[in-house]
Amino acid sequence: MNLAIRDVKYHFGRFVLTGIGVGLLLATVMAMGGIYRGMVEDALSIVRAPGADLWVVQKDTNGPFAETSRIPDDLYRVVRAVPGVREASPIAFQSVQLEYQSASIRAQIIGYRPGNVGGPQAVVAGRPLAASRYEMVLDLKAGIPIGARLPMGRMTFVVVGLTEGIVSSSGDSTAYVSLQDAQELQFLKGNEAVRNERARLEADLKVNPALAGIPVSALSSILQNTNLANAILVRLEPWAEPNEVAQRIERWNHYRAMTTAEQEDVLAKNVIERARQQILLFRIILLAVSTVIIALIIYTMTMEKTRDIATLKIIGAPNLKIGGLILQESLALGLLGYGFGALLINLTYESFPRRVAILAFDQSLLFAIVTVICVLASIVGIRRALAIDPTTAMGGGA
Amino acid sequence: MPAVVGERITKIFGQGDSQVIALKDAQVSVDRGEIVALMGPSGSGKTTLLRALSLIDPPTTGHIAIGNDVVFDGERVLIDDRQLRRERMGIIFQAYNLIPFLTTVENVALVLTLNGVQPREALKRAKDLLGQLDLGHRASIYPATLSGGEQQRVAVARAVINDPAVILADEPTAALDTERGKAVMHLLRQLGRVHKAAVIVVTHDDRMIEGFDRVYHMIDGRITNH
Repeated sequence: MNLAIRDVKYHFGRFVLTGIGVGLLLATVMAMGGIYRGMVEDALSIVRAPGADLWVVQKDTNGPFAETSRIPDDLYRVVRAVPGVREASPIAFQSVQLEYQSASIRAQIIGYRPGNVGGPQAVVAGRPLAASRYEMVLDLKAGIPIGARLPMGRMTFVVVGLTEGIVSSSGDSTAYVSLQDAQELQFLKGNEAVRNERARLEADLKVNPALAGIPVSALSSILQNTNLANAILVRLEPWAEPNEVAQRIERWNHYRAMTTAEQEDVLAKNVIERARQQILLFRIILLAVSTVIIALIIYTMTMEKTRDIATLKIIGAPNLKIGGLILQESLALGLLGYGFGALLINLTYESFPRRVAILAFDQSLLFAIVTVICVLASIVGIRRALAIDPTTAMGGGA
Repeated sequence: MPAVVGERITKIFGQGDSQVIALKDAQVSVDRGEIVALMGPSGSGKTTLLRALSLIDPPTTGHIAIGNDVVFDGERVLIDDRQLRRERMGIIFQAYNLIPFLTTVENVALVLTLNGVQPREALKRAKDLLGQLDLGHRASIYPATLSGGEQQRVAVARAVINDPAVILADEPTAALDTERGKAVMHLLRQLGRVHKAAVIVVTHDDRMIEGFDRVYHMIDGRITNH
């Protein structure tokens, strides 16, 4: 006769409510884990999307995701000549704010040369960029439909395609445009700024005799050079060894060449490290709180059964039976809480504003942790139960 | 052959100046099928003697034997006390002490399952016994919905289901009115004889005195009429 099942059945409503409470707590733990995983996946999605083998970036930098990296966009021609390189193409990144139907949407602009490495591997609706100007492929996350017209800077873009699951490390939607559009967005100054700069140049030329005679327009066009990119993406021949090619580029071309794995490492370890650690710490705190709460619930449940446990001792129930009652109830509570939490998070994770990645491994690990927590929590109750004096079940005095 | 023998049982609580002698050289011997009462005023040591005989709270000195087995030799308990109680004793409480989350029949069957009887068989035997006690129709309900008299009858059924050698009852009628108290005592006597158990009933209620084979009177921890 299983006492734990009988007790749970008798206090079913209260037990279920308690389990739901524990479940909500565990759902928060799962959500935090999912947010952490989602953050990593988001961060890596933008690196993985172009399917590049190498990232050539400004020397002594960690690339465009970690710090400013500016290189000439025609560097790709030089890189393409390196043995082992099959494809090379420039790419530019910039954070912008899109205005659509009076809503502001943060987006990560990715400029690439259509038809070359740098664009999304696939679109889920519409088509990839075809024209060299004023077209845009957005991620579904932006919530902007195909055909929408988006004014930006001096240009207006038409949304021609949609991707899915490609976002920046901060979870913003990506917006693919042509390299030239991206360069103008990033480097081309506004009319007022150009006029101010020319006036300043003119003033400088007047006081600097060495520059006398140089037309302002010539200098201004040099200073307004927009032919820059943030990185050159490289796809290698199947036989090429990425580290060897990277070393060759670094040695001869004085740029830094990072493998995609290194770029992912920079993102995962440097860019989102603090957020990752914060979430990890929060998860640990939540698990500790869960342990304490489950232990308190089990302890309280045990205290409520003091007289019954004393009676069981008097009628001869062995400690194993009494301990089993508490351990099984603790495990049942954890199982119920875990089940409810898992159900809740699996039903709601898609509604979170940022990506929540629920992985089977994480859920299995949490299940194991919850089992350990329940066993630990039950020890508190079992110790209390074994300390109960059986005479407390007997009425009367001496 | 007595079913239970307690010789020179002494129980001392505390030490030094706070020492209290709750039992002093108490002698008890009850045969199988015999029903005896332990009577006396509050604080005379009746319940303490019951706790000592059942090894719930073993005595400080003395000897206790259940059947042929010495279970307390004056210094230490010689047997697993819980095994002794579940296999060879039935205990009835003043406040019934049925397990609230078990149904009536499960409460009775519990003792059998603790002794290794398969649950199905235990439930069948418990149901049969409850039927004999006119409680068959209450078998599937929880104790909280039973009257006090019914709960105590279920407690009696729980005490006798494992055919114990000794039944110890601590003020079993204290929470009942006279009529229900007498009914419970009648049941206890009847079942004690049927199961050939030595029955020791602690009571201070003179109304329940009829029907006992013997009465031990206790005052200040001593049995005054042995």
